Amino acid sequence: MPAVTKDRTETEAVKPPGEREYRPNGNKTKRDERWKRFHSSRVLLLLMVPGVAYFLVFHYGAFIGNAVAFKEYVPFDGLWASPWVGFENFDRMFGDPDFWHATWNTLFLAVLQLVFFFPVPLGLALLLHSLTSDLTRRFVQSVVYLPHFLSWVIVVALFQQVLADTGLLNSVLGQAGLHSVDIIGNPDAYPALVVAQVVWKDAGWGTIIFLAALMQVDEQQYEAAAIDGAGPWRRFWHVTLPSIRPVVILLLIMRLGDILSVGFEQMLLQRQSVGPEAGEVLDTFVFWQGIVGGDTGYAAAAGLFKGVVGAILVFAANKVAHRLGEQGVYK
Amino acid sequence: MEKPKPVTRAAKALAIVTILVMVFVPFLVIVSTSFASNREVIANGGWVLWPTHPTLRAYEQVFAGGIVTKALGVSAGITIIGTLASLACTTFLAYALSRPKVYGGKPILLIVLFTFLFPPGMIPAFLLVKGMGMLESYSALIVPVLINVFNLVVLRGFFQGVPEELYEAARLDGANDWQILWRVVLPLSKAALAVVGLFYAVSYWNAWFHASIYLESDHWPLQQVLRTYVMGGSQIADTGLSDAANVSAPQTMQMAVLVIATVPILIVYPFLQKYFTKGVLTGAIKS
Repeated sequence: MPAVTKDRTETEAVKPPGEREYRPNGNKTKRDERWKRFHSSRVLLLLMVPGVAYFLVFHYGAFIGNAVAFKEYVPFDGLWASPWVGFENFDRMFGDPDFWHATWNTLFLAVLQLVFFFPVPLGLALLLHSLTSDLTRRFVQSVVYLPHFLSWVIVVALFQQVLADTGLLNSVLGQAGLHSVDIIGNPDAYPALVVAQVVWKDAGWGTIIFLAALMQVDEQQYEAAAIDGAGPWRRFWHVTLPSIRPVVILLLIMRLGDILSVGFEQMLLQRQSVGPEAGEVLDTFVFWQGIVGGDTGYAAAAGLFKGVVGAILVFAANKVAHRLGEQGVYK
Repeated sequence: MEKPKPVTRAAKALAIVTILVMVFVPFLVIVSTSFASNREVIANGGWVLWPTHPTLRAYEQVFAGGIVTKALGVSAGITIIGTLASLACTTFLAYALSRPKVYGGKPILLIVLFTFLFPPGMIPAFLLVKGMGMLESYSALIVPVLINVFNLVVLRGFFQGVPEELYEAARLDGANDWQILWRVVLPLSKAALAVVGLFYAVSYWNAWFHASIYLESDHWPLQQVLRTYVMGGSQIADTGLSDAANVSAPQTMQMAVLVIATVPILIVYPFLQKYFTKGVLTGAIKS
């Protein structure tokens, strides 16, 4: 009954002139039903237009542009008139030591971040969750979320300021009679620096989801475990960890999908100071070859390679999650 | 739970203090350096922890040059227009996709979510912007990043939480979907709109990469200007901001620009922050 009322009031509310002759005359065929749904959704459909157009043009439309990876791009001719070259760009890419170098750096930094960054928000969340004073916890939360909202330009500049050879850290070390450390612009220290920056910027923000998951853990389970004689460590292992496992796995998969990006802005900002030997990753390789160097087709091939590998990683990780009986990102 | 042991408590307190110091000290260094005098900064090797004779000279010089003032205007304009456009388009799409009976809702939602798995890539995006004639236009900083899928999912999740009875009641009063959005849904969603709006604002304010590839340097927003000054090592004096003879240490000016770029974030942050603990985001993430 309400559905009928809804339809009536709606058509009366906004009825374009001349609409009537298109209206179905009451016999309930499948097409009529469909048309009715379409008609009653028309305001919503109109609202979708800008958003859907955006996704079609700037995601799907742009995606078609990956065709340039199979072309010899001539700027004057444009994307479509440039000649096809098959897999030539890929052949060249797989024989290019610089490409493999960038791939290796990408994987190395990605694994490093996964191992050394990923546990930090979890640990920090456990620490925050264990604070008994609400006020302290709120305050610490507010402080550690803040760096997430600073741009990479600012974060990198802050690190340079503190860790440069005449910076704060080295003065403190000098006054303590210790050796100074060479961090900024030192290729050997670069991977550690990168991870430290990510931890400083995003570890606090990363606690949000874990904290929410920790709030969900049933307090009675802790009490029951305590009565059974479980100490804090065993309570953590047998109550906390199993409760937050789905969230941890979900985040891990999402992280995997993005892993080959290893933080493009962060990398690009520091590539010059540390040199391509240590600082080149796949994204900066694409940027340098394609946008700076103008080797468009070649760079697009490298970008496409990265995209495909990233997608495979997500599929694989999701499959593994399903095997382990977890929900994963999608079903 | 029982009270933790004193040792545990001390260890926790130490950990918390260390974390707070690690977040605060870099801010302290840049703010202090930007207010310090020329001589002091040079004597100390490029930075100070606390200025002995605070001065506004670096700020005066930065604003006297015009470059930073202009970049500040560009950044503010992009942030305001971009946030409004993004928030409107995201809200409309999220609202339409949150209604269970909307025609074509499921396939459209899939089309949108699918882009999360397969981003188009840097070069195709660049070619598209170029092909659409948006080079050298501020629209290149907004239109290609108009809707963020994550923000869309957050808003949609929030809209889905609006009780169905409110929709029915509004419908019985003769409201159409557009009127329901304005009179029922949006007034109930202020917290979610604030969070998403501020996410957009922060990302527009912080963006520099697109400006660096799409715009000439005299149209750059503040972050890109900051990047070339502070990271590229080019001194502010080189860019005609002031003449080299009587400049303060470029370091103090660099830090002043850094502070200017950070302050807006610090101003909006307290307003934004209170929503995070309320779980506006986490509800949507779970779905």
